[in-house]
Amino acid sequence: MKKFKVEKTFREINEKIKKGRAVVVTAEEMIDVVEKHGTVEAARKIDVVTTGTFSAMCSSGAFLNLGHTSPRIRASKVWLNDVPAYGGIAAVDCYIGATEVVEGDPLNSVYPGEFNYGGGHVIEDLVSGNVVKLRMEGYGTDCYPARKQEKNININDLRDAFLFNPRNAYQNYSCAVNLSDTTIYTYMGMLRPRMANATYCTSGQLSPLFNDPYYRTIGVGTRIFLGGAQGFVAWPGTQHNPGASRTAKGVPRHGAGTLAVVGNLKEMSPQWLAGASMLGYGVSLYVGIGIPIPILNEEMAMFTAVKDEDIFTEVYDYGMDYPKGAAKAIAEVSYKDLRSGTIVIDGKNIVTAPLSSYYKARQIANLLKEWIEGGKFLLGEPQQTLPSV
Amino acid sequence: MYSKKIVIRYTPDIVQQPIIYQFTKKYDLVFNILKARIFPRREGVIVLELTGLKENFDKGIRFLKEMGLHVEPLAKSVSQNTEKCVHCGACTAFCPTGALSFEKPSQKVLFDAEKCNGCELCVSCCPVRAMEINLL
Repeated sequence: MKKFKVEKTFREINEKIKKGRAVVVTAEEMIDVVEKHGTVEAARKIDVVTTGTFSAMCSSGAFLNLGHTSPRIRASKVWLNDVPAYGGIAAVDCYIGATEVVEGDPLNSVYPGEFNYGGGHVIEDLVSGNVVKLRMEGYGTDCYPARKQEKNININDLRDAFLFNPRNAYQNYSCAVNLSDTTIYTYMGMLRPRMANATYCTSGQLSPLFNDPYYRTIGVGTRIFLGGAQGFVAWPGTQHNPGASRTAKGVPRHGAGTLAVVGNLKEMSPQWLAGASMLGYGVSLYVGIGIPIPILNEEMAMFTAVKDEDIFTEVYDYGMDYPKGAAKAIAEVSYKDLRSGTIVIDGKNIVTAPLSSYYKARQIANLLKEWIEGGKFLLGEPQQTLPSV
Repeated sequence: MYSKKIVIRYTPDIVQQPIIYQFTKKYDLVFNILKARIFPRREGVIVLELTGLKENFDKGIRFLKEMGLHVEPLAKSVSQNTEKCVHCGACTAFCPTGALSFEKPSQKVLFDAEKCNGCELCVSCCPVRAMEINLL
């Protein structure tokens, strides 16, 4: 006996996409479809649900091949616009990390530091086609005699450039407050004393991994929207933790799944990759990601109909508990409440603000929908799904 | 009653004169100082919210200009760079006047310059530096 009433395969859905007959809706629209028709009927009607997220995502960066110079150099040390890149890969390969701060930045010695420029901004400059100053230093070998090279380049001068982000699209993320008596500056933004504000950072019901909470359709080789181009899921992201506690509907209450993603930087756009400066904390990169979820059966229809009110996250004190490394959740709140602009903890009304852009997340889901409807984007069937429970 | 927020820029040669006193007394305007700074070379900037009769307000502004001060509405000095803004909304929790808010249902961040009081909190909390204030 069949396990599901509706059973579709990646191949069948791709055939429909090629013929321009696939029915695609965004994760927001899917909520209504399932409410109106139920999961089985929704699974029959809908082929793909598109998701999106646009948020500051540390653990991002790009591999660049700088091309050989004449005379040749073994570029052990590399700087792009004075931001150090890691050169210990090969003669002219380097990795520019999103959170690397420009050399000579006063950091937090003038507290809170402004962190105006870093790796995330270099990546934004590259995808914008801007000129970037490349500086290389080597120690000189018989085959790579040059010790120093300096030139102005843009992304087209790079032999290869691909974004490779080890941890993106966190399935869920905690909400941050500050119980101390002074304003603090964190990667979750500025947090005012005595819980005067709370910040959070996923796109909730639109966010990719909330719509496939057990990673039934997502894994190595899943084709995704990445920074405006078509990229891929390369591997489970660092800190991927499927064992996190979950609600009855399978939605994790904190952290859980993550993705390592890869894509051609040369095809990406600054509209979907933007450098970020977090006051008093450092630099990062805003990354736009969208994942299409194939509705293979009614269970996937049920998962993709997840709503903000069914998604919860824990609230942590970044004033004391978190920095000490002894974080205890002080409350649990729903994304519906977070997105309403106010949450209530211990009878106190707290103003909330996101760090991720719901507006852009929705744009990504819609763009991905257009691509699939137009036959420009085919589903990538994972060679292996992500570790799950 | 008419109410407006303005930015007045002083030059060093007149910074010593009690201009605001003359201005508010002569034209019967209620003023609320939102910000005032004097810089090392003694040039200064002052942000005022003024309330009074429209006629008096206009006359008062003319007086300030005749005194050689540079006057402009605060709304002109603060802007949202819409090219840079990613509409995350981090600023919306900090803005004390509601000048920055989410437009429903698009979730776009809108800036209403008329409501702004020039506190600059948005400049500090914006991760992409989309809020631009030119008060100096």
